[in-house]
Amino acid sequence: MEKKKNEMKIEFDARSENEGFARVAVAAFMSSLDPTLEEIADVKTAVSEAVTNSIIHGYEEQEGKVYIVCEMTGDVLQVSVEDQGKGIPDIEKAMEPLYTTKPEMDRSGMGFSFMEAFMDHLEVASEVGKGTRIEMWKKIGTTPWLGEEE
Amino acid sequence: MEEDFKVIENYLMVRMPEELDHHKSVAIRETADRMILREDVKNIVFDFEDTRFMDSSGIGVIMGRYKTIHCLGGQVFAIHADGQIKRILRMSGLKGIIEVLD
Ligand SMILES: Nc1ncnc2c1ncn2[C@@H]1O[C@H](COP(=O)(O)OP(=O)(O)OP(=O)(O)O)[C@@H](O)[C@H]1O
Ligand SMILES: [Mg+2]
Repeated sequence: MEKKKNEMKIEFDARSENEGFARVAVAAFMSSLDPTLEEIADVKTAVSEAVTNSIIHGYEEQEGKVYIVCEMTGDVLQVSVEDQGKGIPDIEKAMEPLYTTKPEMDRSGMGFSFMEAFMDHLEVASEVGKGTRIEMWKKIGTTPWLGEEE
Repeated sequence: MEEDFKVIENYLMVRMPEELDHHKSVAIRETADRMILREDVKNIVFDFEDTRFMDSSGIGVIMGRYKTIHCLGGQVFAIHADGQIKRILRMSGLKGIIEVLD
């Protein structure tokens, strides 16, 4: 049987007040896959990290647009978050846990680690002076609820 | 905003917002730092009772305040954190340096 595809795109100004809207929009879009509460939290956190990065690093809180494309194919959710900001010179370094170029802004360098931990797969494409695109995949509705292991 | 910050003895109590992201973190940072300087604050308690969402911006808020409080010889506490928040605290390593209480 052919897997049904469903797609949605949003474009919004790179302003911090849109961060909440962006993650809620993606969470609402994926609701037809019957995600668990934990899966919803995972996706919201990953989207929030990527969008926040576009706003504070990509555009350095100046004007710009953030683009989100979501695609569901079967039970797999794909989310891409893109900006046309300053780009990342060294992607490998940027993805290291605790690496941040804005420690003075109280950034902790955990964003990429959270995206990697909460999604099944992550790809980063970036070009200095052109922008950055984060693509993330997650299979929904199959992971059992594990709760909080102490 | 100011009503979410209270000083009891030398403890600064901060009521965290429902969604703790970059947008919300900026004002919390500024107000907390102002109160740590102005009042006689040694310890800080972050109350997550109302918080349903937190990303790395929340880690930055706690970590940044921890640095100041640690220098003052005080302690940082997180209370009423739900499963999502605790998971983020644990993954960031913050659970090892602050007191997470229920
Ligand atoms: N969209 C982007 N455009 C340009 N640079 C980026 C972008 N996203 C990430 N970076 C770079 O990668 C680094 C690491 O990103 P990451 O999200 O892991 O940490 P952070 O944003 O610095 O801190 P945190 O996410 O914990 O608040 C950033 O400090 C920044 O230099
Ligand atoms: Mg980040």
